[in-house]
Amino acid sequence: MADFDTLEADRPLLIADGLSKSYGRIAACRDVSFSLYPGEVLAIVGESGSGKSTLLQLLSGQLAASGGQVSYRMRDGVTRDLAALGEAERRLLFRTDWGFVHQDPAQGLRMAVSAGANVGERLMAVGWNHYGRIRESASDWLTRVEIDVARIDDAPRTYSGGMRQRLQIARNLVTGPRLVFMDEPTGGLDVSVQARLLDLLRNLVAELHLAVVIVTHDLAVARLLSHRVMVMKGGRVIETGLTDQVLDDPREPYTQLLVSSILPP
Amino acid sequence: MTVMIDIADANKTFTMHLQGGIELPVVRGVTFQVQPGECVVLSGPSGAGKSSILKMIFGNYRCDSGRIGIRHRGMLIDLATAEPRQVLNVRRATIGYVSQFLRAVPRVATIDVVAEPLIVNGLSRADAQARAGELLHRLNIPERLWQLPPATFSGGEQQRVNIARGFISDLPILLLDEPTASLDAANRAVVVELVAEKKRQGVAMVAIVHDDEIRHLIADRIVDVTSFAAAA
Repeated sequence: MADFDTLEADRPLLIADGLSKSYGRIAACRDVSFSLYPGEVLAIVGESGSGKSTLLQLLSGQLAASGGQVSYRMRDGVTRDLAALGEAERRLLFRTDWGFVHQDPAQGLRMAVSAGANVGERLMAVGWNHYGRIRESASDWLTRVEIDVARIDDAPRTYSGGMRQRLQIARNLVTGPRLVFMDEPTGGLDVSVQARLLDLLRNLVAELHLAVVIVTHDLAVARLLSHRVMVMKGGRVIETGLTDQVLDDPREPYTQLLVSSILPP
Repeated sequence: MTVMIDIADANKTFTMHLQGGIELPVVRGVTFQVQPGECVVLSGPSGAGKSSILKMIFGNYRCDSGRIGIRHRGMLIDLATAEPRQVLNVRRATIGYVSQFLRAVPRVATIDVVAEPLIVNGLSRADAQARAGELLHRLNIPERLWQLPPATFSGGEQQRVNIARGFISDLPILLLDEPTASLDAANRAVVVELVAEKKRQGVAMVAIVHDDEIRHLIADRIVDVTSFAAAA
C-alpha cells in the first residue's frame, strides 16, 4: 500500500513551472515552481495577502496565469499543460480526479438539496445512474466522514459548521480523486471541531493516498497534515522544505517570525 | 562491516534573525560512524549539542555543511543534501526516532498511536495492534488505557507510549533522546532489555542518556560531544 519507491510514485502528479500572476502593477504571485508527487501533502503558509490563495487558484486552473505553466499527469499517464486543456476536459478533471475543499462549505455544497444528493451529484456527473448504488455510496461516505446516515435526506443548511465541512469533504472524495486542493479547510471552525476534522482529514489522506495542496495560515494545521511546506510572502515562495524542518529550524527572518508567533497550547 | 551512519564534518549554526541576526554556533566538525548492532551514546553537558546532532541525523535540523551519510535500502544517502521526499522515505524505511516527548494527535487511541508506524509500512491493522499490545504490556501500560488517547496520561506513561511507538518498527537505525528520563526502575530495565534486543537484531543506535547506570548498560561506545563544541 505504501511503497513510495515505486515508479508510479516517482513521477510528479502536478508541476508548477515559473507561475506568476499580476494585476496591473501588483504581482500577486511571482515565479513559483515545484513538483507534487502522488500521496504528498504540500502546505502553503503565509499571512493574508501573501499570495497563497492566488497560487491555489492558479494551480487548480481557476485563474489564468500571467506567466509560467501548470501541468498535470492525467489518469491515462500523459502529463498535460492545463492551459491547453479544453473546457470540457477541465470540467471533467474537476469532477473526477480533483477535489476542491473551500473554507466556506456553502461555496462547495448546494445548501438547499439533501446531503445524499450533494454527494450523489458528483457520481451522476461521471455517469452513475443507478439510484440504489448512488445512495449506497453516499451513505458509505457520510459514515466515513462521521455523519449519521439518518441525516442523509436533510439539507446541509440544517447542519452545523463542522458537519457541513465534513459533508463537503465527502462530496469531494466520492469520485476517488488523486489530488485535492484545500483552502483553509478548518478556518471557520471552533477549536474542538477543528481537531476532529484534522484527525479525519489526516486519516483519509493517508488511507486514500491523496496528493493535497492545502493553503493555511495555521502552522499547527500544516504540521499535522503536511509533508512539505512552502512559506509565501509578497507573492514569492521564500522558504520551502520538509514541514518539521522548516518549522523546527526556520531559516528566513519571516519564517522565524511566523514560528515564534505561535502561542503555546 | 557495513557502516549504517557515517557523519563527516557536519556543522550547524542557528542565525536568529529576530534577535538582530545573532549567530549561534551549535556544533562544528561532527564526525563519527555507527555500525550495525552498535549503540553509540552521545555524552556532554546540557547545551553541548547532543539533541541537535540527533535532529541532524533525523533530517529535522538542516546542516550548514558536511555529510550525514545514512545506509538506506543498501545505498549510502547523504541526508544533508537529500530531497524532502528522500528524507521521508528514509524515515519510513530506515530511521526511527524516539523523541523526549510524545507529540500526540488528538482523538487517536494509544494502541493506534503505537501501531501506526507498522501500518504505514503495510502491516495489517490487526497484526500491528497485536504487536503494539505486546509492547504496551511489557512497558506496563494497563490494557484499560489502550483505547484512550495518551494526551491525558501522566508524563511517565506518555513516555512509555512514545518508547513503544519508537521500538515497534523493524527499522535498521534508531535514535533515542533520553528514553529513560522519567521512568521508574522497573520500566528503565524494560528499556535496557529492548535496546539489547535491537542490538541482537543488528540495529544501529545513537542515544542520549543522562543516567550513568543506564549509559553503562547500553553503550558500546561513547562519543564526547564537547569535542564538537562550536565556540571558537
